[in-house]
Amino acid sequence: MKGAKDCEGAPAVRRWSPLSIAAIGSLVALLALLAFGPAYLGSYLTDRLTTLFIYVIMASMWNALAGYGGLVSVGQQAFFGLGAYLAIRLSYAGVNVYLALVLAPLIVGLFSLPLSSFALRLRGGEFAIGMWVLAELAHLLVNLDGLVQGETGISLIAISAFAPDARRSYNYWLALGMMTLLVVLGFFLLRSRTGAAIQAIRDNEDAAASVGVRVFATKRLIFVLAAAGCAAAGSLMLSTLVSFQPKTYFSVQWTAYMLFMTLVGGLGTFEGPIVGAVLFFLVETMFADTGVWYLIGLGATALIFSLFVPRGIWGTISDRFGIQLMPVGYRLRFRVPSNAGATP
Amino acid sequence: MMFFDQILQGIFLGAYYALIACGLSFLFGVMRIINLAHGSIAVLSAFLVLSLAEHFGISPFFALLLAVPVMAAAGFVLQRTILERSLRSGPLTPLLSTFGLAVVLDNSMFQSFGANTRSLAPNIGDLSFAGWSGPGGIEVGQLAVLTLVVAVALLSGLQALLTYTPLGRAIRACAEDPETAELVGIDARHVYAAATAIALVTVAIAGTFLAMRSTFDPYTGPTQLIFAFEAIVIGGTGSLWGTLIGGIVLGVAQNLGSQVSPQGFLIGGHLAFLLVLAARFAFAGRDWRGWFGVRSRAVA
Repeated sequence: MKGAKDCEGAPAVRRWSPLSIAAIGSLVALLALLAFGPAYLGSYLTDRLTTLFIYVIMASMWNALAGYGGLVSVGQQAFFGLGAYLAIRLSYAGVNVYLALVLAPLIVGLFSLPLSSFALRLRGGEFAIGMWVLAELAHLLVNLDGLVQGETGISLIAISAFAPDARRSYNYWLALGMMTLLVVLGFFLLRSRTGAAIQAIRDNEDAAASVGVRVFATKRLIFVLAAAGCAAAGSLMLSTLVSFQPKTYFSVQWTAYMLFMTLVGGLGTFEGPIVGAVLFFLVETMFADTGVWYLIGLGATALIFSLFVPRGIWGTISDRFGIQLMPVGYRLRFRVPSNAGATP
Repeated sequence: MMFFDQILQGIFLGAYYALIACGLSFLFGVMRIINLAHGSIAVLSAFLVLSLAEHFGISPFFALLLAVPVMAAAGFVLQRTILERSLRSGPLTPLLSTFGLAVVLDNSMFQSFGANTRSLAPNIGDLSFAGWSGPGGIEVGQLAVLTLVVAVALLSGLQALLTYTPLGRAIRACAEDPETAELVGIDARHVYAAATAIALVTVAIAGTFLAMRSTFDPYTGPTQLIFAFEAIVIGGTGSLWGTLIGGIVLGVAQNLGSQVSPQGFLIGGHLAFLLVLAARFAFAGRDWRGWFGVRSRAVA
């Protein structure tokens, strides 16, 4: 790719476009604006945005796994639940509650490292349900912990030492910080050499291995990132909900949400899951009180998108107009005649 | 004797797992699709049989006869509307679409039938509790024996269908290589639709036994899917008789686990599944060092 740049008349390889520079600029501005959120947003909006940040994390992590790594997991609730559980455990062991919420995902990430040696040997559908079995097992084992009191659950009591308003702001900043960290991490990961390797593996594992891609190590990196990310989402969810009931946190419903957000936004695009998370957030705000019909609608939408709009909303827009706001790919610019194309 | 009894009951439980697993295994063998809506479809057929039995006041076995053509037609439609299109869009799409379908089915059943747990046990009279007593206080339930007989008959039937009938040959040809099968005049689309119809007929039978031997509710499906999947993996993917062995191993592990703790039933089953997987990886001539993260392999 790099050599092509030197050849006369060969297409130029570019990563940034004026549009993507503008997009990154506005994103940074938006983040700066959001950082002062609790100062001007009411308590309701602060809470709701905290939830939105959690959804962005969940969707981005699931997308990293499925959209870039080619690993469809139906068991990410394992890490979501473990993140919340470990935060509870650490807090009851005397660790400062906000430190516990940050440490929990890191520990889950470490724990997922040996687990990946096992899980990544499963292929396709076997990996999908194999992860589900692991999630069920994690749920059962957490239930065995006397502290949790089975399905009765337990509360993160230590967090109520903070006044409601202070707690709301801290939760908001923690969620915003973790979301920014994970998304930025994902951005640099995908832009790097590893990003190209990841997508090569997704498209054809054997071919990638034949050109020297370290398949297992690369997949493991994505697996651990997604595990730690989902655990972060779980620990953040605990900070807002306070109570921990294993059944709620280890529910396969979380994976259904992740799948919905990613599919609707655009599987395998960087921006897609963020779009999907915002849409899911709006849909939830409007229809969540319709209960079961809302869940039927989510499932049906995911089904329809998987069959008829496989690139999702953002992927379709991006393909149609050659737009990429977050420059994780390469763009080819042909000098004569001038026309541009994107290779995601 | 207690131990022996647990193993015996585990074998009968395993027969049910073989029933629920054979449709999933069959579809995977033919189309390389793992249908994540499999368990939900089993629960759907349980509700179908229950509704037919209650509405017409008939025996569940007779209701099952009525449900069979309905589920076969549903299989045909499932293939034509969802699976066929999923297969064309790459290996991940069937997982995504069937998971979406499972969410739709589970919640639709909740909307239609409510949250109450149901069972066909009251509709089968003595069969639900009658049994034979053996030496040493061992009880063998009639329904359990019937489940085992039906499981063996169903697996034999599927095996015979695949081995001796023209449709079976066509199915095997398409499983091997659909493009080449089409070159010799086989309509793969038609064969896949027939295979899905057959798979859903087995699911209808499994759903009926699920409803007769225990209670179920609209959200029972995912658990059944997991059990079916575990049975298949333990028995060795793609082997019909292996599915029976896998089901039995799973059933025995669960029953032995339940002796240890109340949660042990499920934990025992999952651990058996993971142990078998670990053994499979170990004996597949793979690089052991990868296990400890010492070195990752360049070629997976």
